[in-house]
Order: sequence, then C-alpha cells, then structure tokens
Amino acid sequence: MTGGSKPPPGAKVVHSTIASRIGVAFWIVLVAVLIAIPYWRDRQAMRLLTEIYSFVALASLWNLLAGYAGLVSVGQQAFVGLGGYTLYLCALWAGVNPMLGLPLAGLVGGLISIPIVVLLLKLRGAYFTIGSWVVAELFLQIFQLVPAVGGGSGISLPATVVLSIAKSRSTRESVIYWIFLALAVAVIGVIVILLRTRYGLALQAIRDNETAAKSNGIDVNRARAVVFVVAAAATAIVGSMIFLQKLSITPFSAFSINDWTVNMIFITVIGGVGRVEGPILGTVIYFVLREFLADLASTYLIILGVVAIGVMLKAPKGIWGHVADRFGWQLFPLARRLVRAVQPRAEPVAGLV
Amino acid sequence: MEIVNILVQGILLGGLYALFAAGLSLIFGVMRLVNIAHGDLIVVAAYFAYFTMQALDIGPFTSLIVVVPVIAVFGYALQRGLLNFALGDDLPPLLVTFGLSVIIQNVLLILFTHDSRRLYAGPIEMVSWKFTPDFAIGILPLIQFVVAVLIIGGLQLFFYRTRIGRNFRATSDDPAIAQLMGIENRHIFALAMALSLAVVAVAGVFIAVRTTFNPFYGPQLLIFGFEAVIMGGLGSLWGTLAGGILLGLAQAIGGQINVGLPFTAGHVVFLLVLFLRPQGLFPKVSS
Repeated sequence: MTGGSKPPPGAKVVHSTIASRIGVAFWIVLVAVLIAIPYWRDRQAMRLLTEIYSFVALASLWNLLAGYAGLVSVGQQAFVGLGGYTLYLCALWAGVNPMLGLPLAGLVGGLISIPIVVLLLKLRGAYFTIGSWVVAELFLQIFQLVPAVGGGSGISLPATVVLSIAKSRSTRESVIYWIFLALAVAVIGVIVILLRTRYGLALQAIRDNETAAKSNGIDVNRARAVVFVVAAAATAIVGSMIFLQKLSITPFSAFSINDWTVNMIFITVIGGVGRVEGPILGTVIYFVLREFLADLASTYLIILGVVAIGVMLKAPKGIWGHVADRFGWQLFPLARRLVRAVQPRAEPVAGLV
Repeated sequence: MEIVNILVQGILLGGLYALFAAGLSLIFGVMRLVNIAHGDLIVVAAYFAYFTMQALDIGPFTSLIVVVPVIAVFGYALQRGLLNFALGDDLPPLLVTFGLSVIIQNVLLILFTHDSRRLYAGPIEMVSWKFTPDFAIGILPLIQFVVAVLIIGGLQLFFYRTRIGRNFRATSDDPAIAQLMGIENRHIFALAMALSLAVVAVAGVFIAVRTTFNPFYGPQLLIFGFEAVIMGGLGSLWGTLAGGILLGLAQAIGGQINVGLPFTAGHVVFLLVLFLRPQGLFPKVSS
C-alpha cells in the first residue's frame, strides 16, 4: 500500500453524503430505542432481539471476510465454538468472571486464528473455503475426544457463574441484552471504521479487482490475514456471549455449521454481500421469514436456500446492493469523495465510492 | 503382520476417496467450479441405489446399471438448468452450490428421515483371502480398489485420447477460444458434470456398501475428496489417486491408535501436507 491514499494539497476526502447523514441519524435513533427496550420488560421480545443482534454481528463479520476480503469461509463455527468453550473453561477452571471471559475469548480466538490463516492462505479461492471447513471439523473432533473439556457430552455452566453477572433475573437479562446490543453495534462500528482506513480502501480494491490491487502495491495476503484474525477474534467474542446465554455447550452445538455458518451465509447473501447494510437487512428478513415459516426447521432451510440461490443468480449484490445501486443509498459514511477544501464553494472533483 | 493388514486396508479405502476426488477435480479443471454440493450429490446417488435395489430386487453392483446413467443425466440437467448460470465470478458458484448442498440435505431429511442406511451386497461382503491369521484382504475392498484404479485410468485415456476429452481440455485452457472454435461451452460443462457425477455415483454406491449413510453424510465425503485432491496435487489424476491412498492410510492408522481418531488423523495429515508441500505430492502445473 503505497501512495494514492493521500489527497492532493488543498483537497480532502469526504466520507459522508446526504444519504449517509440521514442514515447515521436513523441508526442513532434506532440504537437509542433499542437501548430502552429492557424497560418494557417484554422477556420474549428481548430474547428474540438478542438473537437478532448476535446474527447481525456474526453475519457482518462473515460479510467482512467474504464481501471485502474475498475469503469465503464455511468454517466460522470454529471460532463461535472456540469462544464459547473459552468462556466456559475460564469460568470452570480459574473462576474467571464471565464478563472477563468475553475479551479472553476474543484473545484466544484471535491467537488461534493466526496459524490457521497462515495455513489456509496457501489455498486459492474456493479451496480456501473447503479448507476452512476442514479446520472447523478438526475442532469439532478434538473437542469430542478430549475428556478434560467434557468430551462429546460437553459442559454446563454452574449457576454461581450465571449469578455472578447479576443477582436478580431481570437485571441479568437486561445486562445480557445490552451486551449483545453493544456487540452488534461495536462490530458494525469497527467494520465501518476499518473500511474508512487505508486498509479498508485496500480491501475494497481487492474485492473489486485482485490483480489490479496487487499491481498497485497492496499486500493482498497480509490484508486478508489481518481481516481473518480480526473477524475470528470478534466471532469468538460473540460466540462466548451466545453460549453464556445458553448455559451449556457441547461440541456439536458449538461447532455446528448449520447453526452458525449456514445462517451467516444465507443472511449475508440475501441482504447483500459486500455492503455493511446487507447483513443487517438480511437478518431482519431472516427473522421475519422465520416467524412465518418456523414450523419445520428443514423446510425453512430449504426455502432460505432457494431464496439465496435466486438472489445470487438474479441480484448477486443482494437485496440491499440492488436497491442501493438503484437509488444511490448508503446508510454509512463510507463514500470517498475528493473535495477542494480551501475554495469558498466546495466542489466535488472526482466522485469515487 | 497386523501393521501390513492396516496399511493394505487403508490403501484399498483410498481408492474410493480418489474417485470422489477425481469427480471434484474434473469439474474444477473444466469449468473452475468447486462444487460444495459434491458430497451431497454422492449421497443422493446412494439413496437412489438404495431404492433401485428395493424396487428391482437387485444387488448394489447391478443397481449401478440404472444409477450411473440416471445420475449422469441428472448432472447434465443440473448444470444446464442451474450451475451454468452461476459460473464466472468467484462468489456465485461457491454460494450457489453451498445453497444447493443445504437444500439437498434437508430434502433428503424430509424424504428419508435421519435414519442411517446401508447397501447390503450379500454374502460377498464376508469373503476374504486370509494370508495369515491377522492379515486378510476382503474381496469387496479389493474389487472397489481395482474398479477405482480402472476408472481413473479410463478417465486419463478419455481426456487424452477422445474428441470430447480434447474438448474438455480446450475449454479448460481457454473457454473463449474454445467457443470460437465451435465448441459449445454450456454443453461441454454439462457433459463434464454428467461424467463427474457418473464417476462419483460408482464411488457413492461402494462407500454405502462399506459404511452407513444419512442425509448429512455429504459434507464429510466432500472433505475426503477435497483432501485427496489437494494432497495429490491439482490437475493430476494419478496424483489424485496417490492423495486418496495417503488419506486412506492416515485414517486407517489413526483408527488403529484410537477408534475415535480416523477422520482426525486424516485432517491432521492433510494440514501437514498443506504446510510442508502446499502444491501437493504430484502437481501437474508447477507454481
């Protein structure tokens, strides 16, 4: 990454557009409303919303990998499960407070992902995808084999650990709700900030044309490795929170491709790959469909699969990408416009997204 | 002698993995498509054989006469009706075949429940040559291995000695020029998928005689085939056979150490090869 990222003297890069200013206002209002939800004391709504937040976060991270770094992983369940197990084992073995378990899960997930990404980046394109699956399978089998981590039957979280979050049930539920909300907001915030940096520009260049990006001096493998590690750490944190709420963990629930990665993929594909808004819209669609079609899990998955294939063939940028392209919408300040700063009338010189 | 026995069993099993791998690398070679639903299509072939055997009251090997052509035609239709539209970019082929994989698994689940099934080959399953008390070669694994080697040899001849094989290679090298020379890519792609599924249908029936299968068995088969392809080296059929055998050996030895270990051992050996020799054992294209 050399040159090209510094604007010429007397000009500056502007990220926001009118649409993104409206968008940011919308997000602020939405998050403010969502923060207030626990005061309504609707337990079921809170439960559903925490699930929505976890999938917004997980799908956004998958989108960062596939949509921006070109790394289509079907092995993200490895990090969901790893995060869950880290939190459980820290609590069981060392009596670590679960709130401290969250960052620890991120640390462990991030560290373990380093050798994994070094190895997997030896595989190109689609072979990377299946390689990531092998790694996740390996995790599943190792956790089944090792009695110290509970073997095939897994482990449960002792009540004392749960009580250490907060004594009363309603406070505890509110705390868990706010943490999930904070995680979703933080994941999207980090992705938006990352995309606005030079790394983000590099990633978008890789996404649009890998060869051209390389010839402009971008270290493609390095950028990909960084994104993979960041996504792994964040996925592990979300995973630890998911299993903190579930109160028990088994290798099959922790490293399930169907519970985690399949949903991340369908949500992102339907909402829009390579758009920050995509996974958010996708999660909303996913849960709306589920409310109507939840009778049988397998029927639901078939319908989701058909919808995802249809979207991939007819509108590969997903529903949001399709709409946004048509109307020029962008709900996050991610555009890059070069504006002459010193002139009295700011006049866009070149508009590049 | 026991160690010889384990090694031989591993090698014989490896032939089947090589067939899964050959089907996978065939379509990758011709159209740069990595079919995530590959394993699930193998399982479809196994279910189809199961019901063909029941309906016609025949054995698994006889059922191949019906299963192989039907699955091949199905592959042709699948390619022309769906997958041809997904080719091109990086994401669509991966995600469309991924969606297909999830759909197939759940359709199979609804139709045939979660019960495990197996194809019974009758008394031949028990026949073996006993060389010493702890070294015997079952006739069935031997047949499977010989058939696998014959099919891989046949594919090799097909690619380099026939007109369609030449068209495959031409399309693989440069689809646009091949099209200009009067080769219809859409048709060639569909033929490649038909051939790939015909090959894996044989392997699918063989594996379903060996072990039980259920609607969710596909991903495991995909991974076995994939590991064999990468370990063998991309683009080389005989390398793929070697990769399959190496995987079979790793699993056999792993299973000997601990009954829960065979697949883990296979994955570990795969990652080791990837680390030490990422281009595979016998790469055709040096990179």
